[in-house]
Amino acid sequence: MSLTTKEPELRREAPAPAEPAGPPDRPARLWQRLRRDRALLFLMVPGLVYFAVFHYGALFGNVIAFKDYVPFIGVVDSPWVGFENFQVLFEDPSFWAAAANTVGLSFLQIVFFFPLPLALALLLHSVVQGRTRKFVQSVVYLPHFISWVIVVALFYQVIGGDGLVNGLLGGGDHLIDVVGNPAGFEPLMVAELIWKDCGWGTIIFLAALHNVDEGLYESAALDGAGPWRRFWHVTLPSIRPVVILLLILRLGEILTVGFEQIMLQRDQFGPDVAEVIDTYVYFNAVEGGHWGVSAAAALFKGVIAGILVYLANKIAHRMGEQGVYR
Amino acid sequence: MSDLVETREAQAEPVDEPARTPGRRTARKAGSERPAWKEKPRAITQVAKGAVLLLTVAMVLIPFWVVLATSLAPGQQIIDSGGWALWPESWTLDSYSKVLSSEVTTRALMVSVGVTVTGTLFSLVCTVMLAYALARPGVVGGKPVMLVILFTFLFPPGFIPTYLVLDTLGLIDTYWSLFLPVTVNVFNLVVVRGFFQGIPEELYEAARLDGAGELRTLLTIVLPLSKAVIAVVGLFYAVGYWNDFFRGVMYINDTSMFPLQTVLRGYVSRGEGLASEMSVEGTVTQAPQAMKMAVVMIATIPILCVYPFIQRYFTKGVLTGAIKS
Repeated sequence: MSLTTKEPELRREAPAPAEPAGPPDRPARLWQRLRRDRALLFLMVPGLVYFAVFHYGALFGNVIAFKDYVPFIGVVDSPWVGFENFQVLFEDPSFWAAAANTVGLSFLQIVFFFPLPLALALLLHSVVQGRTRKFVQSVVYLPHFISWVIVVALFYQVIGGDGLVNGLLGGGDHLIDVVGNPAGFEPLMVAELIWKDCGWGTIIFLAALHNVDEGLYESAALDGAGPWRRFWHVTLPSIRPVVILLLILRLGEILTVGFEQIMLQRDQFGPDVAEVIDTYVYFNAVEGGHWGVSAAAALFKGVIAGILVYLANKIAHRMGEQGVYR
Repeated sequence: MSDLVETREAQAEPVDEPARTPGRRTARKAGSERPAWKEKPRAITQVAKGAVLLLTVAMVLIPFWVVLATSLAPGQQIIDSGGWALWPESWTLDSYSKVLSSEVTTRALMVSVGVTVTGTLFSLVCTVMLAYALARPGVVGGKPVMLVILFTFLFPPGFIPTYLVLDTLGLIDTYWSLFLPVTVNVFNLVVVRGFFQGIPEELYEAARLDGAGELRTLLTIVLPLSKAVIAVVGLFYAVGYWNDFFRGVMYINDTSMFPLQTVLRGYVSRGEGLASEMSVEGTVTQAPQAMKMAVVMIATIPILCVYPFIQRYFTKGVLTGAIKS
């Protein structure tokens, strides 16, 4: 067990011997260093086995995208079909509908969710009393730790057909007709996301606001700038790099819109409005039995998403070097 | 790729801050007093701000209250209102005793507790060991291994490949499938490693001169210094295990092995009733909706109990990174 995981490290280390770092008393020979670090290498084993099996090993599972996978026969013995699964996938209108729903919902989230944590953070930051602020922060961070199953249960209990709000408004008439109404799907998804993660999202903005040099405000005030001008000319420019950074990172994840949240509610709203790429993969595989096509869809999404995240990180890093430098 | 590594490492740097928390707190308190150059805020602005904050807090807390009130209300009230209560006419624990006497809920509760405890311990052991080894300067293979681990950030395995791995290992329909696929979280690993790197090198040196091996150094020197960071990472793992319903849906077919959140998903998302289960026992005296809300509360209470402890360790360093994950 331990031998098999140490082996690749030997090979991995071998081509890069010319590393200048490290204490001067470090033994130069590779086998000497292996011997010296054997306790550390032993400590790495369980974690590395995990990454080898469930990350790199799992990548091999993607071969079923090129196979006619039948669970009964197994991965190895299922016949190869080339790109047939991708052909089926790209000719499936429900896949493109799911992709359109995904991107549409992502944009709604960016437009309606993204600015709210920033607004709340600005508000919290401007509240002087430390204790009030601390209390509000404790309350608004809490929903982040509540599971999606419970968030959905809470929402339905409050605004569902038989929920509190309809009951208070007269009951029975379903005055607020959101749950199960296809037109209500996208607003409800965004509202749930706001409830769950708006408070949590303030943390990074609050940290950025906390780091703004107090001296800038002071000199602006001494030069006669009022609260609004200080906000426009000191606060906003100071946190702009963070905002742009987060926006770019979010754009990199445009194909990801909360799989658990939507999976829980897809049945009530129907696949026409509530199918996104991730739920398409799940329902098509597990309930439809089309494992190969689903794996093809997941692989297609994974590759595009990986490239987007990578590009977003690249761009963010480049912007970060200019923007965060103070 | 190396850009990514540097960004992550930079984020992990300020993690040694829990130790400094008292100092920071007083600093913030001093800063919260209004400096001389700042105008006294107008009363109307203050009122408006207060109203918005009050509204925000109410929006967060009201759903919890409605669920709690519904779960504590008597059956007749819930049936009359159609399924909700804002204030119970009389306070009763009937729903809870009914739910906790049903085998489905109690078994699911035990599965959830078992998976959360086992998974958290296993994750912590693996994470701490790996983080310690990767934190020592100049360890053989340290840099490439870190790169290989960070690379998984870009291509997280989907649930189909993970299912196939579990299937190959014969772990489908076992409790292992509920925690093994997420043993080490890269973000948690980076946080712990960053903390270990922040411990002064002299301490490691002293331990080595005293003849302590790496394992002994980890157990007797490093771990006692790292209680705070290990507590917070452990709580993050525990919350993750407790809250997960999807692994139960995906990797478990035997409904008697479902964790609580997966059972709850049946009630919430698929409209599966508790009523049938109760009528078998011939005791339908409590409204089904009240009992569902009791299950929701049972699944929420552990999080509410643990939350103040997580919050105690909220510091800038841990959290700026948390957002990224």
